[in-house]
Amino acid sequence: MATMSDSKTNEINLTEPMITRPFRVNRAIKDTHDTFSLELTPSGNSNKFDFAPGQFNMLYVFGVGEVPISISGDPAKQSKLVHTTRAVGNVTKAMNKLKAGDTLGVRGPFGTAWPVKEAEGEDVVLVAGGIGLAPLRPVIYHLLANRGQYGKIALLYGARTPEDILFQKTLEKWRSRFDFEMYITVDRATGNWKGNVGVVTQLIPRSPFDPLNCVAMICGPEIMMRFTVLELEKRGVTTNKIYVSMERNMKCGIGLCGHCQLGRTFICKDGAVYPYSQIADLFTKREL
Amino acid sequence: MENLERVLSEHPFFAGLQPEYIKLLVGCASNVAFKPGEFILREGEPAESFYLIRHGKVMIETFVAGKGSIMIRTREAGEILGWSWLVPPYKWHFDARALEVTRAIALDGKCLRGKCDEDYRLGYEIMKRFNAIIAERLEATRLQLMDIYGDHV
Ligand SMILES: Cc1cc2nc3c(=O)[nH]c(=O)nc-3n(C[C@H](O)[C@H](O)[C@H](O)COP(=O)(O)OP(=O)(O)OC[C@H]3O[C@@H](n4cnc5c(N)ncnc54)[C@H](O)[C@@H]3O)c2cc1C
Ligand code: FES
Repeated sequence: MATMSDSKTNEINLTEPMITRPFRVNRAIKDTHDTFSLELTPSGNSNKFDFAPGQFNMLYVFGVGEVPISISGDPAKQSKLVHTTRAVGNVTKAMNKLKAGDTLGVRGPFGTAWPVKEAEGEDVVLVAGGIGLAPLRPVIYHLLANRGQYGKIALLYGARTPEDILFQKTLEKWRSRFDFEMYITVDRATGNWKGNVGVVTQLIPRSPFDPLNCVAMICGPEIMMRFTVLELEKRGVTTNKIYVSMERNMKCGIGLCGHCQLGRTFICKDGAVYPYSQIADLFTKREL
Repeated sequence: MENLERVLSEHPFFAGLQPEYIKLLVGCASNVAFKPGEFILREGEPAESFYLIRHGKVMIETFVAGKGSIMIRTREAGEILGWSWLVPPYKWHFDARALEVTRAIALDGKCLRGKCDEDYRLGYEIMKRFNAIIAERLEATRLQLMDIYGDHV
């Protein structure tokens, strides 16, 4: 089971996990037409924020509401806390209006982490769909900062259209590396697009990783994760080496209220990152 | 010929096919190359062959008045292009255009259909391979139609 390492727990917040801390928006970045990133720094004494790749925070837009959002920045840069959000409803649309200098409440970090330690010595395949690239970005920063610890690293990323591709500058930088394989595909395209067209699962058969010695991390819509698992299994990856990140509505974020319950587990506390083998039966249950 | 035989037997589409069948298929095969931008298939034209892509990238697309070309899917080395040669009235349903210099083996559909009619075991081997591809493409198309990254999912 993926657990957050002791060194990565945030003491202040675990003792008072229901109290939101004010953070200042340093920079608001428009990533695409509906997705934005906020760079935050804590107000007050400590300006460091320690987290493990895969963890999320509860972000509170004052007077509007609170939502869980994964941390999308570099875990080594503790003074810059970054979240990337797609504006879909009340809270995220209000968050999209925040500007540099505004204040946002932060509780966290919560949840389990991607298995970056377990993946040492193995090939790593990351499969991201849509906004799912954001929760995986901290893993990529970590893998590249510790490049020698891993075998081949492959990122397979599917977006809706070329205009929806996130972090384009960062992706270009990664693409130029010889020790990082990257495949991007879009579901539909017109005009001058010369890249891949087709769903992200189709990238799996041709991506260069050793199925017997690899760890796979998948983040995206549930249906995309389901089909990705099937393709990985076809290649011979076992389900205990496949990790997925689950989403459900949340309120408390610490396993008290039951809002995020998925069968026998609470996603905020036991997830959001799970080894697929642990929740495979819940993945396809209709009533959950 | 020997060279074509080797290329055919090494292509993933024919993986595991008995060597005597590969030898038979060489008679229907030819080596082809396309420049970037060149059309390989045109919608509505007779579907006379299919292609085992060895190198490069191909875009399958369709033209919609007022919208221009809509890109449907890319094909790359190791994949195959085209199965309308299998299904009457043997006409291409989409356009396919090389995005890069693309090298492929073209297999003559009529020739292949003839060989499959003569030897049902070969026919079964070919159909099994196309079935897997058609099933995979159907699944991918369903996912694409679901628009899984859209607002409503
Ligand atoms: C652990 C965890 C991590 C998350 N990380 C991220 C992240 O990094 N970035 C991010 O953008 N989101 C992330 N989410 C999803 C995010 O929490 C929701 O999008 C948010 O709660 C929506 O709140 P809202 O008030 O804006 O929309 P609501 O008013 O609650 O919903 C408005 C409409 O949007 C739809 N909707 C709600 N959530 C989603 C969704 N996820 N995708 C598409 N449509 C949706 C609803 O069905 C509804 O129709 C995460 C969720 C969890 C549980
Ligand atoms: S959000 Fe309250 S139990 Fe998970």
